[in-house]
Amino acid sequence: MVKNRTGRIVKINGNMVSAQTDTFVVQNEVAYIICNEERLKAEVIRVKADVAHLQVYESTQGLKVDDEVEFTGELLYVELGPGLLGQIFDGLQNPLPWLAEKCGFFLKRGVYIDPLADETEWDFTPVKKAREIVRAGDKLGAVKEKIFTHYIMVPFGLKGNLDIISIAAKGKYNLKHPIAGLKDANGKTHEVFLQQKWPVKIPIKAYAEKLKPQEPLVTKMRTIDSLFPVSRGGTYCIPGPFGAGKTVLQQLTSRHAEVDIVIIAACGERAGEVVETLKTFPNIKDPKTGKPLSDRTVIICNTSSMPVAARESSVYTAVTIAEYYRQMGLNVLLLADSTSRWAQAMREMSGRLEEIPGEEAFPAYLESRIASFYERAGSVRLNDNKIGSVTIGGTISPAGGNFEEPVTQATLKVVGAFHGLSRERSDARRYPAIDPLISWSKYKGFIGAKQKEAGHRALRKSSDVAQMMKVVGEEGTSLADYIDYLKGEFFDFVYLQQNAFDEIDESTPKERQEYIFSFIYDNILRPDFNHSSKEEALKFFQKLRQLFKGWNSSVWDSEDFTRTEKEIKGLCIKFTQTS
Amino acid sequence: MHKIYTNIVEITGDVITVEAEGIGYMDIAEIAIRRGRSLAQVIRIDGKRVSLQVFAGSKGISTEDKVRFLGHPMRVASGSDLLGRIFNGSGEPLDKGPQLTDNRIDIGGPPVNPVKRVIPNKMIRTGIPMIDVFNSLVESQKLPIFSIAGEPYNDVLARIATQAEVDIIVLGGMGLKYDDYLFFRDKLQEHGSLSKSVFFIHTASDPVVECLLVPDISLAVAEQFALNGKRVLVLLTDMTNFCDALKEVSITMEQVPSNRGYPGDLYSQLAARYEKAVDFDTAGSITILAATTMPGDDVTHPVPDNTGYITEGQFYLKGGVIEPFGSLSRLKQQVNGKTCDDHRAIMDTMIQLFASYREAIEKQAMGFQMSAWDQKLLKYGRRFEKEMMSLEVNIPLESALDLGWRILSDCFEPEETGIKKSMIEKHWKFQNA
Repeated sequence: MVKNRTGRIVKINGNMVSAQTDTFVVQNEVAYIICNEERLKAEVIRVKADVAHLQVYESTQGLKVDDEVEFTGELLYVELGPGLLGQIFDGLQNPLPWLAEKCGFFLKRGVYIDPLADETEWDFTPVKKAREIVRAGDKLGAVKEKIFTHYIMVPFGLKGNLDIISIAAKGKYNLKHPIAGLKDANGKTHEVFLQQKWPVKIPIKAYAEKLKPQEPLVTKMRTIDSLFPVSRGGTYCIPGPFGAGKTVLQQLTSRHAEVDIVIIAACGERAGEVVETLKTFPNIKDPKTGKPLSDRTVIICNTSSMPVAARESSVYTAVTIAEYYRQMGLNVLLLADSTSRWAQAMREMSGRLEEIPGEEAFPAYLESRIASFYERAGSVRLNDNKIGSVTIGGTISPAGGNFEEPVTQATLKVVGAFHGLSRERSDARRYPAIDPLISWSKYKGFIGAKQKEAGHRALRKSSDVAQMMKVVGEEGTSLADYIDYLKGEFFDFVYLQQNAFDEIDESTPKERQEYIFSFIYDNILRPDFNHSSKEEALKFFQKLRQLFKGWNSSVWDSEDFTRTEKEIKGLCIKFTQTS
Repeated sequence: MHKIYTNIVEITGDVITVEAEGIGYMDIAEIAIRRGRSLAQVIRIDGKRVSLQVFAGSKGISTEDKVRFLGHPMRVASGSDLLGRIFNGSGEPLDKGPQLTDNRIDIGGPPVNPVKRVIPNKMIRTGIPMIDVFNSLVESQKLPIFSIAGEPYNDVLARIATQAEVDIIVLGGMGLKYDDYLFFRDKLQEHGSLSKSVFFIHTASDPVVECLLVPDISLAVAEQFALNGKRVLVLLTDMTNFCDALKEVSITMEQVPSNRGYPGDLYSQLAARYEKAVDFDTAGSITILAATTMPGDDVTHPVPDNTGYITEGQFYLKGGVIEPFGSLSRLKQQVNGKTCDDHRAIMDTMIQLFASYREAIEKQAMGFQMSAWDQKLLKYGRRFEKEMMSLEVNIPLESALDLGWRILSDCFEPEETGIKKSMIEKHWKFQNA
């Protein structure tokens, strides 16, 4: 047996601990600090001569010089297998509900619990036979996890072609029971279990090829789907000052987005918001499956008062779980809230390491870390030609709400869509506060280019006229310009804005968006109105707005819906006919 | 037996470094200084060199002074004996009462497991329409009042404290002016709340570093009460002083500053305190109201900025009133759907119209012609400011909503408000009848 490699603490500064050792040390390996009865998890982040610098994933209170450090030789990994769905983990994949059972109200440090329950038995059905040849990522069999067929795959880290020397028959197995034996080209055999481990900071690449994101991901938020669409396998970011509604937007997306699985990484944000998600999701039915939303959700929760270093690992834990489900041919959406907190965690550590700071004291490697995180998104063709995707949407909390700061700028370089929230819009209670004048998307949505452009144009024109009106006043504005101004405002009010407290208006499915957008395009954006005065035009649009609000909250294709539609059309025609 | 060390090798700012062995990180030490005794806390250990921040400041410390390590982190007494008492920032009695040593608990304890929290759902009524109607305060919420020096933020805090239905009030004062401290004391006494209150007061004349302990002590005490099923309201004023003390220590420790000299972990430091606000599953709750003064009325200053990202909204106090724009209670949705059916409609409509009123004012100031619509808005806005916004107004929520309908129906036609037809039919007619 190999002797444990150990070291001794020589320096403590916040959550950074230096340990002197006389053995070799592996960069990014996990180490444990022994403090009385407690074992505190830490990660080697720098090695200098015989001193290893560790970031500690726990509070360092009470640690002493000369305390022992044990190196494990393993990188920080997560356990992947059936039982992840519906669970709530911290940044190190400790299941929080089980921690609560064990420790009560508080998160006691140094307590770690296996993320997956070893004893649970799963109904395994093999899909491969002995003597078949497989590669890493190939499906060996499946178990049923909630509503999904959870495939058990060849461990992602194995290389080359492997012979199946044995595979378990259909039956019930727990996580400890081997279900297959594989032999590699060197004749070495590997046992396969229902679960496998994977280091979080390394992307899972056991697929055939990475594809261009093409299919739109429907979020049922009209602004996003119609004007600033996101594709499956794409990336987008939501920067915004505090109070602009980033988290609400993420919560709504996590509820309504048309994907198979949603991974929520609550990274360094308020605990209260996570609580809302984790207490309400079990009671909200997914309209598509009729099952609780929690069945398709994994929550990684490392809120702002939990240890900072674990905040850094939480986004990696989340993306690794997302990649795992992608390997099964599922569409996964990862929502990270907020990537700024993750960046700040890097900054705190960089400061303690006394590295030369970059802009706003963020480390110089900030950009490359952000880029490599978002690059883990993507739509992929698997070995069996099925398509799976991971879409990443990250919020950013820029200091002072100023988008010129390093995290926002580094993110904008690598994402495919930008949903910028503005203080002006949220102050005016225009939700979602995605500012249509600054946001952009490189993806193709389901609204035709011509109609989409007309929408953008109306908003731009309206904003121009509004600016001008501030200088020359309403009386100095021509009637035509004034009507354009009202059109844009109207489009903003009834289409871009969505009432999150109205059951119907809260989420608009694809066909309804297409229908309403066409309706607005044909009846309001395109025609010229023949109002005789500004007063009359204002009254007309006020009336229109009120009718439309009712229309937005009426059930699709109901009697109410058709009646309101007729009423609106009638009103529009009245003012478009040449008298 | 605690070891005593006398070899202080470095004194920089309020941080001293002493050579010692076997010292726990964050442990507390006692220093005998010529002018008295002070507590200090370990903030860095490098081999034998142990750095401590001295809460009473380093003035007058001699390199020969005795440093006695207590072998544990900072502790404070807890329990009902504290009620009605007044302490300083280190937990020493400021009133003539006895020193308390029972039920001592560690301050800055571990975070609450999110799954043991419940969704906040109880509204705290304040009698201030700008809060009750537009930004309802919710039990277990953490909410700062953003304002500039000179605004009556302490009055608002005191008023909420005396009117809110809570079991315990903990006041943590940081850099508090002595007369402000007396104001709080008298105000609570007047309303008979002093006997359910605990004060931890660091006044402006005390050493700056000492205020670092105030939030932790106040919240540790509050947490004990909450675990025993009590609903606790914690008032922290002024958190900007706390942040400035953090800045001072981190600069002394030669940490790389991130923004305007503040340490890179300012967010985490603030979050560790504010996140103590909680509604425990099967126990009590902690609600935190804090005052954050914004240097130069600049909301992008690192202190209000980081605070805003942590707290569940903010009240923006400007010109002696709570500004509807910039103020936000993130938890209001948890409660305002259950109060009255017209609560949300009134809230949304009145604010949107008030925004239009502000635009009309701007237009008027620039000398543009006022349309009939603008005239209506002006009339509306003036009444809103006078009857709703003024902090003089002290009415329950229901009356405030009725008042809202009255103002609306006095100023506008129903369809001009954009309120849903069904709502108009129910409430508008009722008002005119």
